[in-house]
Amino acid sequence: MRRLTALSAAAAPRRAAASRSLTGAASYVLLTAGVLAMVFPFLWMVATSLKPPGEVFSLSLIPQQATLANYAELFRDSSFPKWISNSFIVALVTTASVIFFDTITGYVLAKFSFYGKQVIFVAILSTLMVPTEMLIIPWYLLSVKLGWVDTFAGLLFPGLISAFGIFLMKQFMESVPSELLDAARIDGMSEWGILFKIAVPLVRPALATLFILSFLGSWNAFIWPLIITQTEANFTIPVGTAFFSSELKDNSGWVMIMTGAAVSVLPLILLFFLFQKQIIRGISLTGLK
Amino acid sequence: MELADKLQARGRQTPLRRGLSVKGQRYLFIYSCLLLPLLFFASVRILPILYSFHVSFREWDLLSEVKPFVGLGNYAALLQDTIFLQSLRNTLIYVAVGVPGQLLAGLIVALLLHRIGRFKGLYRTVYFIPYVTSVVAAGWVFRWILMKNGIANGILLGLGLEPQLFLGSPSQAIYLVIAAMIWQGVGFQMLIFLTGLENIPRMYYDAASIDGAGSWRRFLHITLPLLNPVMVFSVVIGSIGFLQSFSEVLNMTGGGPLNSTVSLVLHIYNLAFKHFKMGEAAAATVVLFAMILALSLLQLKVLNKRADD
Repeated sequence: MRRLTALSAAAAPRRAAASRSLTGAASYVLLTAGVLAMVFPFLWMVATSLKPPGEVFSLSLIPQQATLANYAELFRDSSFPKWISNSFIVALVTTASVIFFDTITGYVLAKFSFYGKQVIFVAILSTLMVPTEMLIIPWYLLSVKLGWVDTFAGLLFPGLISAFGIFLMKQFMESVPSELLDAARIDGMSEWGILFKIAVPLVRPALATLFILSFLGSWNAFIWPLIITQTEANFTIPVGTAFFSSELKDNSGWVMIMTGAAVSVLPLILLFFLFQKQIIRGISLTGLK
Repeated sequence: MELADKLQARGRQTPLRRGLSVKGQRYLFIYSCLLLPLLFFASVRILPILYSFHVSFREWDLLSEVKPFVGLGNYAALLQDTIFLQSLRNTLIYVAVGVPGQLLAGLIVALLLHRIGRFKGLYRTVYFIPYVTSVVAAGWVFRWILMKNGIANGILLGLGLEPQLFLGSPSQAIYLVIAAMIWQGVGFQMLIFLTGLENIPRMYYDAASIDGAGSWRRFLHITLPLLNPVMVFSVVIGSIGFLQSFSEVLNMTGGGPLNSTVSLVLHIYNLAFKHFKMGEAAAATVVLFAMILALSLLQLKVLNKRADD
Protein backbone atom coordinates (compact mmCIF):
# COMPACT_ATOMS: atom_id res chain seq x y z
CA MET A 1 0.00 0.00 0.00
CA ARG A 2 2.77 2.39 0.93
CA ARG A 3 4.69 1.51 -2.23
CA LEU A 4 1.61 2.14 -4.29
CA THR A 5 1.10 5.59 -2.87
CA ALA A 6 4.75 6.49 -3.37
CA LEU A 7 4.67 5.26 -6.96
CA SER A 8 1.53 7.09 -7.78
CA ALA A 9 2.86 10.26 -6.27
CA ALA A 10 5.83 10.08 -8.60
CA ALA A 11 4.14 8.96 -11.80
CA ALA A 12 0.73 10.54 -11.68
CA PRO A 13 1.62 14.22 -12.05
CA ARG A 14 3.81 13.62 -15.13
CA ARG A 15 1.29 11.44 -16.90
CA ALA A 16 -1.59 13.67 -15.91
CA ALA A 17 0.21 16.76 -17.17
CA ALA A 18 0.90 15.16 -20.57
CA SER A 19 -2.65 14.06 -21.15
CA ARG A 20 -4.14 17.16 -19.60
CA SER A 21 -2.61 19.58 -22.06
CA LEU A 22 -4.25 17.67 -24.92
CA THR A 23 -7.67 16.92 -23.45
CA GLY A 24 -7.55 20.22 -21.59
CA ALA A 25 -7.63 22.20 -24.82
CA ALA A 26 -10.55 20.11 -26.09
CA SER A 27 -12.38 20.69 -22.80
CA TYR A 28 -12.02 24.45 -23.17
CA VAL A 29 -13.31 24.33 -26.76
CA LEU A 30 -16.38 22.28 -25.80
CA LEU A 31 -17.10 24.37 -22.71
CA THR A 32 -16.85 27.59 -24.67
CA ALA A 33 -19.26 26.26 -27.31
CA GLY A 34 -21.66 25.47 -24.46
CA VAL A 35 -21.21 28.95 -23.01
CA LEU A 36 -22.36 30.46 -26.30
CA ALA A 37 -25.53 28.37 -26.14
CA MET A 38 -26.08 29.46 -22.53
CA VAL A 39 -25.54 33.14 -23.20
CA PHE A 40 -27.09 33.59 -26.65
CA PRO A 41 -30.72 33.94 -25.47
CA PHE A 42 -29.67 36.72 -23.08
CA LEU A 43 -27.69 38.50 -25.78
CA TRP A 44 -30.59 38.26 -28.20
CA MET A 45 -32.99 39.54 -25.56
CA VAL A 46 -30.84 42.58 -24.73
CA ALA A 47 -30.06 43.25 -28.40
CA THR A 48 -33.75 43.21 -29.31
CA SER A 49 -34.62 45.51 -26.44
CA LEU A 50 -32.15 48.08 -27.79
CA LYS A 51 -33.48 48.07 -31.36
CA PRO A 52 -35.74 50.82 -32.75
CA PRO A 53 -39.08 49.60 -34.20
CA GLY A 54 -37.83 49.55 -37.80
CA GLU A 55 -34.98 47.21 -36.94
CA VAL A 56 -36.80 44.63 -34.86
CA PHE A 57 -36.88 41.98 -37.51
CA SER A 58 -33.32 42.40 -38.68
CA LEU A 59 -31.39 39.28 -37.82
CA SER A 60 -28.30 41.11 -36.71
CA LEU A 61 -27.19 40.77 -33.12
CA ILE A 62 -25.84 44.30 -32.95
CA PRO A 63 -28.44 47.06 -33.34
CA GLN A 64 -27.53 49.57 -36.04
CA GLN A 65 -29.04 52.43 -34.08
CA ALA A 66 -29.17 51.36 -30.49
CA THR A 67 -31.78 53.21 -28.46
CA LEU A 68 -33.11 53.19 -24.92
CA ALA A 69 -36.55 54.29 -26.13
CA ASN A 70 -38.05 50.86 -25.42
CA TYR A 71 -36.96 51.06 -21.80
CA ALA A 72 -38.38 54.57 -21.48
CA GLU A 73 -41.67 53.38 -22.96
CA LEU A 74 -41.79 50.35 -20.68
CA PHE A 75 -41.46 52.49 -17.58
CA ARG A 76 -43.67 55.32 -18.78
CA ASP A 77 -46.56 53.63 -20.56
CA SER A 78 -47.10 50.34 -18.78
CA SER A 79 -47.74 49.00 -15.30
CA PHE A 80 -44.20 47.64 -15.22
CA PRO A 81 -42.99 49.91 -12.38
CA LYS A 82 -45.97 48.76 -10.29
CA TRP A 83 -45.13 45.12 -11.00
CA ILE A 84 -41.55 45.68 -9.91
CA SER A 85 -42.65 47.15 -6.59
CA ASN A 86 -45.21 44.37 -6.10
CA SER A 87 -42.53 41.75 -6.72
CA PHE A 88 -40.15 43.47 -4.32
CA ILE A 89 -42.73 43.70 -1.55
CA VAL A 90 -43.79 40.08 -1.94
CA ALA A 91 -40.21 38.80 -2.13
CA LEU A 92 -39.04 40.84 0.87
CA VAL A 93 -41.98 40.01 3.15
CA THR A 94 -41.89 36.33 2.23
CA THR A 95 -38.14 36.14 2.73
CA ALA A 96 -38.23 37.95 6.09
CA SER A 97 -40.94 35.63 7.35
CA VAL A 98 -39.19 32.51 6.05
CA ILE A 99 -35.92 33.54 7.69
CA PHE A 100 -37.51 34.30 11.06
CA PHE A 101 -39.72 31.23 11.36
CA ASP A 102 -37.34 28.77 9.73
CA THR A 103 -34.53 29.92 12.04
CA ILE A 104 -36.47 29.50 15.27
CA THR A 105 -38.01 26.21 14.15
CA GLY A 106 -34.69 24.82 12.93
CA TYR A 107 -33.02 25.88 16.20
CA VAL A 108 -35.62 24.21 18.40
CA LEU A 109 -35.57 21.02 16.33
CA ALA A 110 -31.77 20.89 16.40
CA LYS A 111 -31.01 21.87 20.00
CA PHE A 112 -33.83 20.61 22.22
CA SER A 113 -35.28 17.21 22.88
CA PHE A 114 -38.98 17.12 23.62
CA TYR A 115 -42.01 14.93 23.19
CA GLY A 116 -43.13 14.62 19.56
CA LYS A 117 -40.01 16.18 18.05
CA GLN A 118 -39.34 13.41 15.53
CA VAL A 119 -42.96 13.31 14.38
CA ILE A 120 -43.02 17.08 13.87
CA PHE A 121 -39.78 17.02 11.89
CA VAL A 122 -40.88 14.16 9.63
CA ALA A 123 -44.32 15.72 9.10
CA ILE A 124 -42.76 19.01 8.03
CA LEU A 125 -40.26 17.34 5.69
CA SER A 126 -42.86 15.07 4.14
CA THR A 127 -44.78 18.09 2.87
CA LEU A 128 -41.89 18.54 0.44
CA MET A 129 -43.04 15.39 -1.39
CA VAL A 130 -46.41 16.92 -2.22
CA PRO A 131 -46.59 18.82 -5.52
CA THR A 132 -47.69 22.45 -5.14
CA GLU A 133 -50.33 21.87 -7.81
CA MET A 134 -52.20 19.67 -5.39
CA LEU A 135 -52.38 22.51 -2.86
CA ILE A 136 -53.31 25.25 -5.28
CA ILE A 137 -56.99 24.36 -5.67
CA PRO A 138 -57.61 24.28 -1.89
CA TRP A 139 -55.59 27.50 -1.48
CA TYR A 140 -57.70 29.17 -4.14
CA LEU A 141 -61.00 27.99 -2.64
CA LEU A 142 -59.82 29.19 0.78
CA SER A 143 -58.80 32.57 -0.66
CA VAL A 144 -62.23 32.96 -2.24
CA LYS A 145 -63.84 32.30 1.17
CA LEU A 146 -61.55 34.74 2.99
CA GLY A 147 -61.73 37.44 0.32
CA TRP A 148 -58.00 37.12 -0.37
CA VAL A 149 -58.24 36.82 -4.14
CA ASP A 150 -56.33 39.65 -5.81
CA THR A 151 -54.77 40.87 -2.53
CA PHE A 152 -51.28 40.86 -1.03
CA ALA A 153 -52.50 38.52 1.71
CA GLY A 154 -53.50 35.98 -0.93
CA LEU A 155 -50.18 36.35 -2.75
CA LEU A 156 -48.15 35.98 0.42
CA PHE A 157 -49.69 33.35 2.63
CA PRO A 158 -48.55 30.09 0.96
CA GLY A 159 -44.87 31.07 1.10
CA LEU A 160 -44.53 32.41 4.64
CA ILE A 161 -42.68 29.36 6.01
CA SER A 162 -40.57 26.92 4.02
CA ALA A 163 -40.03 23.27 4.89
CA PHE A 164 -36.77 23.19 2.97
CA GLY A 165 -35.54 26.20 4.94
CA ILE A 166 -36.36 24.51 8.24
CA PHE A 167 -34.35 21.50 7.14
CA LEU A 168 -31.43 23.73 6.11
CA MET A 169 -31.46 25.70 9.37
CA LYS A 170 -31.73 22.55 11.47
CA GLN A 171 -28.64 21.11 9.77
CA PHE A 172 -26.66 24.28 10.47
CA MET A 173 -27.95 24.75 14.02
CA GLU A 174 -26.73 21.26 14.88
CA SER A 175 -23.16 22.50 14.43
CA VAL A 176 -23.58 25.15 17.16
CA PRO A 177 -21.89 23.75 20.29
CA SER A 178 -24.39 22.99 23.05
CA GLU A 179 -21.79 23.88 25.72
CA LEU A 180 -21.89 27.47 24.51
CA LEU A 181 -25.65 27.60 24.93
CA ASP A 182 -25.46 26.02 28.40
CA ALA A 183 -22.79 28.49 29.48
CA ALA A 184 -25.09 31.34 28.50
CA ARG A 185 -27.91 29.70 30.46
CA ILE A 186 -25.70 29.61 33.55
CA ASP A 187 -25.00 33.30 33.04
CA GLY A 188 -28.72 33.86 33.25
CA MET A 189 -29.43 34.70 29.64
CA SER A 190 -32.99 34.09 28.54
CA GLU A 191 -33.74 31.40 25.93
CA TRP A 192 -34.66 34.04 23.34
CA GLY A 193 -31.46 35.93 24.11
CA ILE A 194 -29.41 32.77 23.65
CA LEU A 195 -31.11 32.07 20.31
CA PHE A 196 -30.64 35.55 18.85
CA LYS A 197 -27.36 36.63 20.49
CA ILE A 198 -25.42 33.37 20.36
CA ALA A 199 -26.90 30.82 17.95
CA VAL A 200 -28.02 33.13 15.13
CA PRO A 201 -24.67 34.94 14.66
CA LEU A 202 -22.97 31.54 14.39
CA VAL A 203 -25.11 30.43 11.45
CA ARG A 204 -24.87 33.62 9.42
CA PRO A 205 -23.75 31.82 6.22
CA ALA A 206 -26.87 29.65 6.38
CA LEU A 207 -29.02 32.74 6.76
CA ALA A 208 -27.45 34.26 3.66
CA THR A 209 -28.15 31.05 1.72
CA LEU A 210 -31.74 30.96 2.89
CA PHE A 211 -32.21 34.65 2.12
CA ILE A 212 -31.04 34.35 -1.45
CA LEU A 213 -32.83 31.08 -2.29
CA SER A 214 -36.05 32.38 -0.79
CA PHE A 215 -35.80 35.72 -2.58
CA LEU A 216 -35.08 34.09 -5.95
CA GLY A 217 -37.92 31.60 -5.52
CA SER A 218 -40.38 34.33 -4.65
CA TRP A 219 -39.21 36.71 -7.39
CA ASN A 220 -39.60 34.02 -10.08
CA ALA A 221 -42.78 32.39 -8.73
CA PHE A 222 -45.35 32.06 -11.47
CA ILE A 223 -48.24 29.65 -11.08
CA TRP A 224 -49.68 30.89 -7.76
CA PRO A 225 -49.37 34.64 -8.52
CA LEU A 226 -50.92 33.92 -11.94
CA ILE A 227 -53.96 32.38 -10.25
CA ILE A 228 -54.43 34.69 -7.29
CA THR A 229 -53.93 38.10 -8.97
CA GLN A 230 -56.59 39.45 -11.30
CA THR A 231 -56.19 43.20 -11.80
CA GLU A 232 -53.25 44.40 -13.81
CA ALA A 233 -52.05 46.66 -11.00
CA ASN A 234 -51.64 43.68 -8.67
CA PHE A 235 -49.49 41.51 -10.94
CA THR A 236 -45.94 40.49 -10.11
CA ILE A 237 -43.27 40.77 -12.81
CA PRO A 238 -43.56 37.20 -14.20
CA VAL A 239 -47.35 37.40 -14.39
CA GLY A 240 -47.15 40.87 -15.90
CA THR A 241 -44.64 39.79 -18.54
CA ALA A 242 -46.78 36.82 -19.55
CA PHE A 243 -49.91 39.00 -19.63
CA PHE A 244 -48.12 41.73 -21.52
CA SER A 245 -47.45 39.35 -24.34
CA SER A 246 -51.03 38.17 -24.67
CA GLU A 247 -52.21 41.78 -24.88
CA LEU A 248 -49.73 42.96 -27.45
CA LYS A 249 -50.54 41.06 -30.60
CA ASP A 250 -48.77 43.38 -33.02
CA ASN A 251 -45.10 42.99 -33.75
CA SER A 252 -43.87 46.01 -31.82
CA GLY A 253 -45.25 44.22 -28.73
CA TRP A 254 -42.44 41.72 -29.04
CA VAL A 255 -39.87 44.41 -28.39
CA MET A 256 -41.65 45.38 -25.18
CA ILE A 257 -41.67 41.76 -24.06
CA MET A 258 -37.93 41.46 -24.65
CA THR A 259 -37.37 44.75 -22.82
CA GLY A 260 -39.54 43.63 -19.91
CA ALA A 261 -37.72 40.30 -19.79
CA ALA A 262 -34.37 42.08 -19.78
CA VAL A 263 -35.43 44.31 -16.88
CA SER A 264 -36.82 41.38 -14.88
CA VAL A 265 -33.66 39.32 -15.34
CA LEU A 266 -31.23 42.11 -14.48
CA PRO A 267 -31.75 42.23 -10.68
CA LEU A 268 -31.46 38.45 -10.58
CA ILE A 269 -28.14 38.39 -12.36
CA LEU A 270 -26.90 41.18 -10.10
CA LEU A 271 -28.07 39.31 -7.02
CA PHE A 272 -26.50 36.14 -8.36
CA PHE A 273 -23.10 37.78 -8.76
CA LEU A 274 -23.29 39.29 -5.28
CA PHE A 275 -24.31 36.06 -3.56
CA GLN A 276 -22.76 33.50 -5.87
CA LYS A 277 -20.95 31.70 -3.08
CA GLN A 278 -24.09 31.32 -0.98
CA ILE A 279 -26.25 30.18 -3.89
CA ILE A 280 -23.76 27.55 -4.99
CA ARG A 281 -23.27 26.42 -1.43
CA GLY A 282 -27.01 26.18 -0.86
CA ILE A 283 -27.53 24.12 -4.00
CA SER A 284 -24.60 21.83 -3.22
CA LEU A 285 -25.98 21.26 0.26
CA THR A 286 -29.32 20.34 -1.27
CA GLY A 287 -27.65 17.60 -3.23
CA LEU A 288 -25.43 16.22 -0.51
CA LYS A 289 -27.57 15.96 2.60
CA MET B 1 -27.98 17.97 37.94
CA GLU B 2 -25.53 20.56 39.08
CA LEU B 3 -26.29 22.66 36.02
CA ALA B 4 -30.00 22.35 36.64
CA ASP B 5 -29.52 23.56 40.24
CA LYS B 6 -27.55 26.55 39.13
CA LEU B 7 -30.13 27.33 36.51
CA GLN B 8 -32.86 26.97 39.08
CA ALA B 9 -31.07 29.48 41.26
CA ARG B 10 -30.74 31.91 38.39
CA GLY B 11 -34.31 31.37 37.35
CA ARG B 12 -35.52 32.51 40.76
CA GLN B 13 -33.75 35.81 40.37
CA THR B 14 -35.87 36.90 37.45
CA PRO B 15 -39.24 37.88 38.78
CA LEU B 16 -41.10 37.27 35.52
CA ARG B 17 -40.12 33.65 35.33
CA ARG B 18 -40.35 32.92 39.04
CA GLY B 19 -43.44 30.76 38.74
CA LEU B 20 -41.89 28.32 36.28
CA SER B 21 -39.31 25.60 36.79
CA VAL B 22 -36.33 25.45 34.43
CA LYS B 23 -38.02 22.63 32.61
CA GLY B 24 -41.25 24.57 32.40
CA GLN B 25 -39.47 27.63 31.04
CA ARG B 26 -37.79 25.53 28.45
CA TYR B 27 -41.05 23.97 27.29
CA LEU B 28 -42.66 27.40 27.17
CA PHE B 29 -39.85 28.53 24.86
CA ILE B 30 -40.01 25.40 22.66
CA TYR B 31 -43.73 25.60 22.12
CA SER B 32 -43.83 29.35 21.60
CA CYS B 33 -41.27 28.82 18.81
CA LEU B 34 -43.24 25.96 17.29
CA LEU B 35 -46.77 27.30 17.68
CA LEU B 36 -47.06 29.40 14.52
CA PRO B 37 -45.03 27.08 12.27
CA LEU B 38 -47.13 24.10 13.34
CA LEU B 39 -50.34 26.02 12.73
CA PHE B 40 -48.97 27.04 9.34
CA PHE B 41 -48.05 23.52 8.27
CA ALA B 42 -51.35 22.11 9.48
CA SER B 43 -53.49 24.73 7.77
CA VAL B 44 -51.50 25.60 4.63
CA ARG B 45 -49.93 22.25 3.81
CA ILE B 46 -51.51 19.24 5.47
CA LEU B 47 -55.22 20.12 5.56
CA PRO B 48 -55.18 21.29 1.91
CA ILE B 49 -53.82 17.87 0.88
CA LEU B 50 -56.76 16.17 2.56
CA TYR B 51 -59.08 18.82 1.16
CA SER B 52 -58.02 18.13 -2.42
CA PHE B 53 -59.00 14.47 -1.97
CA HIS B 54 -62.34 15.73 -0.66
CA VAL B 55 -62.85 18.03 -3.67
CA SER B 56 -61.84 15.29 -6.09
CA PHE B 57 -64.86 13.21 -5.05
CA ARG B 58 -67.37 16.01 -5.65
CA GLU B 59 -68.90 17.87 -8.52
CA TRP B 60 -67.50 21.29 -7.77
CA ASP B 61 -67.91 24.46 -9.76
CA LEU B 62 -67.35 27.82 -8.09
CA LEU B 63 -70.87 29.13 -8.36
CA SER B 64 -73.35 26.56 -7.09
CA GLU B 65 -73.68 26.12 -3.33
CA VAL B 66 -74.33 22.40 -3.51
CA LYS B 67 -71.31 20.24 -4.22
CA PRO B 68 -72.80 16.78 -4.76
CA PHE B 69 -70.72 13.70 -3.95
CA VAL B 70 -69.92 11.83 -7.16
CA GLY B 71 -67.56 9.16 -5.86
CA LEU B 72 -65.02 8.29 -8.53
CA GLY B 73 -67.06 10.18 -11.13
CA ASN B 74 -64.38 12.83 -11.69
CA TYR B 75 -61.71 10.17 -12.17
CA ALA B 76 -63.97 8.39 -14.68
CA ALA B 77 -64.54 11.70 -16.48
CA LEU B 78 -60.76 12.18 -16.78
CA LEU B 79 -60.46 8.81 -18.53
CA GLN B 80 -63.01 10.05 -21.10
CA ASP B 81 -61.20 13.38 -21.52
CA THR B 82 -59.02 13.16 -24.64
CA ILE B 83 -56.98 16.23 -23.72
CA PHE B 84 -56.24 14.72 -20.29
CA LEU B 85 -55.03 11.51 -21.96
CA GLN B 86 -52.98 13.58 -24.38
CA SER B 87 -51.51 15.56 -21.46
CA LEU B 88 -50.52 12.29 -19.76
CA ARG B 89 -48.79 11.10 -22.92
CA ASN B 90 -47.02 14.43 -23.30
CA THR B 91 -45.95 14.41 -19.66
CA LEU B 92 -44.36 11.00 -20.20
CA ILE B 93 -42.42 12.48 -23.12
CA TYR B 94 -41.35 15.43 -20.96
CA VAL B 95 -39.96 13.03 -18.35
CA ALA B 96 -38.58 10.36 -20.69
CA VAL B 97 -36.68 12.82 -22.90
CA GLY B 98 -36.06 15.65 -20.46
CA VAL B 99 -34.61 13.75 -17.49
CA PRO B 100 -31.92 11.79 -19.38
CA GLY B 101 -31.19 14.82 -21.55
CA GLN B 102 -30.68 17.12 -18.60
CA LEU B 103 -28.72 14.51 -16.66
CA LEU B 104 -26.37 13.85 -19.57
CA ALA B 105 -25.88 17.55 -20.29
CA GLY B 106 -25.17 18.26 -16.61
CA LEU B 107 -22.77 15.33 -16.32
CA ILE B 108 -20.83 16.27 -19.46
CA VAL B 109 -20.43 19.90 -18.38
CA ALA B 110 -19.40 18.79 -14.87
CA LEU B 111 -16.81 16.32 -16.22
CA LEU B 112 -15.34 18.96 -18.53
CA LEU B 113 -15.28 21.55 -15.76
CA HIS B 114 -13.67 19.07 -13.39
CA ARG B 115 -10.84 18.62 -15.89
CA ILE B 116 -9.86 22.22 -16.45
CA GLY B 117 -7.73 24.33 -14.16
CA ARG B 118 -8.24 27.95 -15.15
CA PHE B 119 -11.47 29.91 -15.46
CA LYS B 120 -13.36 27.10 -13.75
CA GLY B 121 -15.36 29.51 -11.58
CA LEU B 122 -16.21 31.72 -14.53
CA TYR B 123 -17.51 28.82 -16.63
CA ARG B 124 -19.48 27.47 -13.69
CA THR B 125 -21.10 30.87 -13.20
CA VAL B 126 -22.13 31.22 -16.83
CA TYR B 127 -23.69 27.75 -16.96
CA PHE B 128 -25.57 28.50 -13.77
CA ILE B 129 -27.11 31.84 -14.76
CA PRO B 130 -30.11 30.40 -16.68
CA TYR B 131 -31.12 28.55 -13.51
CA VAL B 132 -31.69 31.79 -11.59
CA THR B 133 -33.52 33.40 -14.50
CA SER B 134 -37.31 33.67 -14.50
CA VAL B 135 -38.96 30.95 -16.56
CA VAL B 136 -41.39 33.46 -18.02
CA ALA B 137 -38.64 35.70 -19.38
CA ALA B 138 -36.70 32.71 -20.74
CA GLY B 139 -39.85 31.23 -22.30
CA TRP B 140 -40.66 34.38 -24.25
CA VAL B 141 -37.07 34.80 -25.43
CA PHE B 142 -37.09 31.27 -26.83
CA ARG B 143 -40.47 31.94 -28.43
CA TRP B 144 -38.98 35.01 -30.09
CA ILE B 145 -35.88 33.14 -31.26
CA LEU B 146 -37.97 30.27 -32.67
CA MET B 147 -40.71 32.28 -34.40
CA LYS B 148 -41.35 31.91 -38.12
CA ASN B 149 -39.11 34.78 -39.18
CA GLY B 150 -36.90 34.60 -36.09
CA ILE B 151 -33.18 34.23 -35.71
CA ALA B 152 -33.18 30.40 -35.63
CA ASN B 153 -34.71 30.22 -39.09
CA GLY B 154 -32.41 33.03 -40.16
CA ILE B 155 -29.43 30.86 -39.24
CA LEU B 156 -30.90 27.82 -41.02
CA LEU B 157 -31.45 29.89 -44.17
CA GLY B 158 -27.95 31.29 -43.93
CA LEU B 159 -26.61 27.72 -43.87
CA GLY B 160 -28.70 26.91 -46.92
CA LEU B 161 -31.14 24.72 -44.95
CA GLU B 162 -34.94 24.53 -44.98
CA PRO B 163 -36.69 26.86 -42.52
CA GLN B 164 -38.66 25.03 -39.85
CA LEU B 165 -42.03 25.56 -38.18
CA PHE B 166 -40.45 24.98 -34.72
CA LEU B 167 -43.07 25.89 -32.09
CA GLY B 168 -45.74 25.86 -34.77
CA SER B 169 -45.12 22.21 -35.56
CA PRO B 170 -46.95 19.52 -33.56
CA SER B 171 -44.02 17.16 -33.98
CA GLN B 172 -41.24 19.63 -33.08
CA ALA B 173 -42.73 21.89 -30.42
CA ILE B 174 -42.57 19.55 -27.43
CA TYR B 175 -38.87 18.78 -27.99
CA LEU B 176 -38.07 22.48 -28.24
CA VAL B 177 -39.87 23.13 -24.96
CA ILE B 178 -37.84 20.29 -23.43
CA ALA B 179 -34.65 21.81 -24.86
CA ALA B 180 -35.49 25.12 -23.19
CA MET B 181 -36.09 23.33 -19.89
CA ILE B 182 -32.74 21.55 -20.22
CA TRP B 183 -31.07 24.88 -20.98
CA GLN B 184 -32.52 26.28 -17.79
CA GLY B 185 -31.74 23.30 -15.54
CA VAL B 186 -28.33 22.21 -16.76
CA GLY B 187 -26.54 24.51 -14.30
CA PHE B 188 -28.26 22.91 -11.31
CA GLN B 189 -27.41 19.39 -12.47
CA MET B 190 -23.84 20.45 -13.26
CA LEU B 191 -23.38 21.84 -9.78
CA ILE B 192 -24.68 18.69 -8.09
CA PHE B 193 -22.42 16.49 -10.26
CA LEU B 194 -19.43 18.76 -9.75
CA THR B 195 -19.78 18.54 -5.98
CA GLY B 196 -20.06 14.76 -6.35
CA LEU B 197 -16.93 14.60 -8.51
CA GLU B 198 -14.94 16.74 -6.11
CA ASN B 199 -15.78 14.33 -3.31
CA ILE B 200 -14.17 11.35 -5.08
CA PRO B 201 -10.66 10.87 -3.61
CA ARG B 202 -7.87 11.51 -6.13
CA MET B 203 -6.09 8.41 -4.78
CA TYR B 204 -8.57 6.02 -6.45
CA TYR B 205 -7.68 7.34 -9.89
CA ASP B 206 -3.95 7.22 -9.20
CA ALA B 207 -4.20 3.64 -8.01
CA ALA B 208 -6.22 2.65 -11.08
CA SER B 209 -3.70 4.33 -13.40
CA ILE B 210 -0.92 2.26 -11.89
CA ASP B 211 -2.94 -0.86 -12.52
CA GLY B 212 -3.03 0.21 -16.17
CA ALA B 213 -6.64 1.33 -16.37
CA GLY B 214 -7.29 3.77 -19.22
CA SER B 215 -9.37 6.88 -18.78
CA TRP B 216 -12.54 5.20 -20.09
CA ARG B 217 -12.19 2.31 -17.63
CA ARG B 218 -11.46 4.69 -14.79
CA PHE B 219 -14.64 6.55 -15.68
CA LEU B 220 -16.71 3.34 -15.82
CA HIS B 221 -15.31 1.70 -12.70
CA ILE B 222 -14.59 4.64 -10.41
CA THR B 223 -16.42 7.79 -11.44
CA LEU B 224 -19.80 6.34 -12.36
CA PRO B 225 -20.26 4.02 -9.36
CA LEU B 226 -19.14 6.70 -6.91
CA LEU B 227 -21.47 9.23 -8.49
CA ASN B 228 -24.42 6.89 -8.03
CA PRO B 229 -25.92 8.57 -4.94
CA VAL B 230 -25.64 11.94 -6.66
CA MET B 231 -27.37 10.44 -9.69
CA VAL B 232 -30.22 9.08 -7.62
CA PHE B 233 -30.80 12.57 -6.32
CA SER B 234 -30.56 14.14 -9.79
CA VAL B 235 -32.94 11.64 -11.37
CA VAL B 236 -35.54 12.07 -8.64
CA ILE B 237 -35.34 15.88 -8.62
CA GLY B 238 -35.28 15.98 -12.43
CA SER B 239 -38.28 13.66 -12.80
CA ILE B 240 -40.33 15.64 -10.31
CA GLY B 241 -39.44 18.83 -12.17
CA PHE B 242 -40.39 17.48 -15.60
CA LEU B 243 -43.60 15.89 -14.24
CA GLN B 244 -44.58 19.39 -13.14
CA SER B 245 -43.82 21.13 -16.47
CA PHE B 246 -45.99 24.19 -16.63
CA SER B 247 -44.44 27.65 -16.89
CA GLU B 248 -42.26 26.81 -19.89
CA VAL B 249 -45.20 25.23 -21.70
CA LEU B 250 -47.66 28.02 -20.97
CA ASN B 251 -45.23 30.72 -22.04
CA MET B 252 -43.66 29.06 -25.07
CA THR B 253 -46.66 27.39 -26.70
CA GLY B 254 -49.70 27.76 -24.47
CA GLY B 255 -50.13 24.00 -24.92
CA GLY B 256 -50.42 24.06 -28.72
CA PRO B 257 -50.16 23.41 -31.53
CA LEU B 258 -53.06 20.91 -31.50
CA ASN B 259 -52.45 20.15 -27.81
CA SER B 260 -49.09 18.63 -28.71
CA THR B 261 -47.35 20.25 -25.75
CA VAL B 262 -50.12 20.29 -23.11
CA SER B 263 -48.65 18.96 -19.87
CA LEU B 264 -50.57 17.45 -17.01
CA VAL B 265 -50.16 20.57 -14.87
CA LEU B 266 -51.22 22.88 -17.69
CA HIS B 267 -54.35 20.77 -18.13
CA ILE B 268 -55.02 20.93 -14.39
CA TYR B 269 -54.67 24.71 -14.58
CA ASN B 270 -57.08 24.93 -17.53
CA LEU B 271 -59.63 22.61 -15.91
CA ALA B 272 -59.62 24.54 -12.65
CA PHE B 273 -59.18 28.16 -13.67
CA LYS B 274 -60.51 28.32 -17.25
CA HIS B 275 -63.41 25.85 -17.05
CA PHE B 276 -63.88 26.02 -13.24
CA LYS B 277 -64.19 22.23 -13.00
CA MET B 278 -62.54 22.09 -9.58
CA GLY B 279 -63.58 18.49 -8.89
CA GLU B 280 -62.03 17.13 -12.06
CA ALA B 281 -58.95 19.30 -11.64
CA ALA B 282 -58.50 18.06 -8.05
CA ALA B 283 -58.80 14.47 -9.28
CA ALA B 284 -56.05 15.22 -11.81
CA THR B 285 -53.82 16.60 -9.02
CA VAL B 286 -54.34 13.34 -7.12
CA VAL B 287 -53.15 11.48 -10.23
CA LEU B 288 -50.08 13.74 -10.37
CA PHE B 289 -49.41 13.20 -6.67
CA ALA B 290 -49.63 9.42 -7.12
CA MET B 291 -47.21 9.57 -10.07
CA ILE B 292 -44.66 11.66 -8.18
CA LEU B 293 -44.86 9.45 -5.12
CA ALA B 294 -44.59 6.20 -7.10
CA LEU B 295 -41.73 7.43 -9.25
CA SER B 296 -39.68 8.74 -6.32
CA LEU B 297 -40.11 5.53 -4.35
CA LEU B 298 -39.35 3.33 -7.38
CA GLN B 299 -36.25 5.26 -8.37
CA LEU B 300 -34.88 5.36 -4.86
CA LYS B 301 -35.36 1.61 -4.57
CA VAL B 302 -33.96 0.62 -7.97
CA LEU B 303 -30.98 2.94 -7.93
CA ASN B 304 -30.09 2.26 -4.32
CA LYS B 305 -30.12 -1.45 -4.95
CA ARG B 306 -27.68 -1.06 -7.80
CA ALA B 307 -25.39 0.93 -5.53
CA ASP B 308 -25.28 -1.95 -3.05
CA ASP B 309 -24.09 -4.53 -5.61
